[in-house]
Amino acid sequence: MGKISGSKMLLKCLREEGVEYIFGYPGGKVIPIYDSIYDEKKIKHILVRHEQCAAHAADGYARATGKTGVCMATSGPGGTNLITGIANAYMDSIPIVAITGQVSTIEIGTDSFQEADITGITSPITKHNYLVKNVKDLPATVKEAFYIASTGRPGPVLIDIPIDVQNALIDENIKAEINLPGYKPTIKGHLKQIKEAAVKIYNSSKPVIFAGGGVVSSGGNEELTEFARLSEIPVITSLLGKGSFPESDELSLMMAGMHGTKFANLALTEANLIIGIGVRFDDRVTGKLSEFAKHADIIHIDVDPAEIGKNVKVKIPIVGDAKNVLADLIKEYKTIRDEKGDASRQEWLKLVHKWKKDYPVSYFNNSHSLKPGYIIEKLHEIVKENAIICTEVGQNQMWAAQFFKCSKPRTFISSGGLGTMGFGFPSSIGAQFGCPDKMVFDIAGDGSIQMVSHEFATAVVNKLPIKIILLNNGNLGMVKQWQELFYKKRYSETIVRGCVDFVKLVEAYGGVGIRVKKKEEVEKAIKDAISIDNLVLIDFHIDPDENVFPMVAPGAPIKEMMVLGKEKK
Amino acid sequence: MNHIISVMVENKSGVLAKVAALFSRRGFNIESLAVGTTDDDKVSRITIVVNSDESSIEQITKQLHKLINVIKIQKLQPDYSVQRELVLIKINTENKSRAEILEISNIFRANVVDVTKGTIMLELTGNSSKISAFEELLKPYGIIEFVRTGMIACSRGKKS
Ligand SMILES: Cc1ncc(C[n+]2csc(CCOP(=O)(O)OP(=O)(O)O)c2C)c(N)n1
Ligand SMILES: [Mg+2]
Repeated sequence: MGKISGSKMLLKCLREEGVEYIFGYPGGKVIPIYDSIYDEKKIKHILVRHEQCAAHAADGYARATGKTGVCMATSGPGGTNLITGIANAYMDSIPIVAITGQVSTIEIGTDSFQEADITGITSPITKHNYLVKNVKDLPATVKEAFYIASTGRPGPVLIDIPIDVQNALIDENIKAEINLPGYKPTIKGHLKQIKEAAVKIYNSSKPVIFAGGGVVSSGGNEELTEFARLSEIPVITSLLGKGSFPESDELSLMMAGMHGTKFANLALTEANLIIGIGVRFDDRVTGKLSEFAKHADIIHIDVDPAEIGKNVKVKIPIVGDAKNVLADLIKEYKTIRDEKGDASRQEWLKLVHKWKKDYPVSYFNNSHSLKPGYIIEKLHEIVKENAIICTEVGQNQMWAAQFFKCSKPRTFISSGGLGTMGFGFPSSIGAQFGCPDKMVFDIAGDGSIQMVSHEFATAVVNKLPIKIILLNNGNLGMVKQWQELFYKKRYSETIVRGCVDFVKLVEAYGGVGIRVKKKEEVEKAIKDAISIDNLVLIDFHIDPDENVFPMVAPGAPIKEMMVLGKEKK
Repeated sequence: MNHIISVMVENKSGVLAKVAALFSRRGFNIESLAVGTTDDDKVSRITIVVNSDESSIEQITKQLHKLINVIKIQKLQPDYSVQRELVLIKINTENKSRAEILEISNIFRANVVDVTKGTIMLELTGNSSKISAFEELLKPYGIIEFVRTGMIACSRGKKS
């Protein structure tokens, strides 16, 4: 039997997992792996400019494709630079495998050069992690890592590989077997519970579905759509649930929560039954918890039992993945309906539609200043559902969520749980690699993009035609909005105007910059950008005073929304 | 209220740290902790005593289940399980108190495990309250060292 090095074995294992790309950055304690990458034919290594962006790119790749993303970094600072990206993937339950180099096994624990206890550091932000102390454990570890990352409630897994393990020799044909006695995710829901849920749903006069990222990650969007239409129940989503149900559908109430639609928040408040599917009833959605859904019973479907009952009291818990449970629920519901006819809840639907008409998401479109809502509506008009939209964090993100009507899963990519500025652009790199035939946009803020603008190089070098829709307000807008509303307009460190020429910045990297100051130029600029086969940044100088409305004040019940033009002055 | 949680884990390095860290991260204070191997050398048993309300215990149990190396979790009911701790107590016998100490230790069925000119060391097993009562009685003689293990516990009857 032939022997190969640990690093060659690592690549062999990654190939077996179907890995196409590694987003990474070299360093002293991964040189053996990079030496093997030098000869690698199948897997492509993508050199980023900062390890955080390697993790975000792997994350974006995973969100866009449904496959597990892979990132790599050296020991010490390489690993610690990954952390924000790993935490981001953890909070949003995204499957990535992070591989780090480590000092040699005999040096571990001696504070040797570039040593960091990365498994210790990442314990709270990974689904699982490994320190591989013996090369013979490497194949099984890689196999387990991918299995854990992608099954059950997905999440990041880190593998830390000391340099002597990378160099050690191992039988090429060693058999790797998964041995995880403590890991058995529940995928199928309990049928008795599902039957009970179907009856409860059928009998409910005012039900709503509240769908989250779990529907997207389980691939259950078609089942959700079928179930909602079958039962004629309005669908609300969380930020990560965008794309799980077509927002153009009559039954869609779009996103709920702090900056959700007023009609979604009203529906959640007035409903007598909430069917939560793959959501975690996060505080950005529930607002003041004691006031949340006071009239409603809750059916909670989630693959992670720890989410059920964590934030809200649940009447019928169903542990299982959204796709599977929904398929069973459809069957059970049909049986009841076929026997008893359509459920009668026309009044509720009428009310919901009235709210939808009365409280549209809007902006003052009459002025001459450039409004972000207008830009995103135009973008939507032009690209429809044929694009992947990534977002940064802040007002730009909320405007994107409010105005970009999303109809397909895995086309709206945004940092939900961690709210990481600088996620959008590197994630769009990952998304573009994963979906080379799709248009990829990063809806960005001027603050966020400056956290990751070095990645323009990665995009240009790899000829990725990503389009950045920069909503440049010269502010750290979302923070400024809070200061305006809740801190007496004391704009501490949030006005950052005029410090950089974004057009020149992107040009410096070999991309194309377009500046837009007038409404009339918006459409042409977007169309021009699409026609350019290169990285393009459109620097939209938007109204710097535009805020995101509606809004629920922190700690308030979600039905109390400040609306456009009626905000506290 | 005190809860006894018995966690069967894979016997691998770093697992105890992950379990313990989970408790502190979720805001729990561990009252007592004992770790040891089991009849299966691939499995260790961690017995943890925490003070908390019922719903938080449920949440921490669910979170523990999410740790990949955790195989099984048992919540032990005080009335349906046997709990034991072990203590070693070194006491000063300079002031001719050895006879009295031996008398107390006989009542508690403690063992003498070491005697020197001015000290005596006793060993006692029992549940928490027995050990605390023993400690109280010996305090006046001058405890030099008091070493107590975490609690271990085992459910009564056939259940495992
Ligand atoms: C890494 C990170 N640092 C700080 C914050 C806090 N934060 C949230 S939104 C925001 C402002 C974002 O500014 P910009 O990217 O220009 O977006 P805008 O709100 O102006 O659209 C800040 C600082 C964060 N979410 N992430
Ligand atoms: Mg800004």
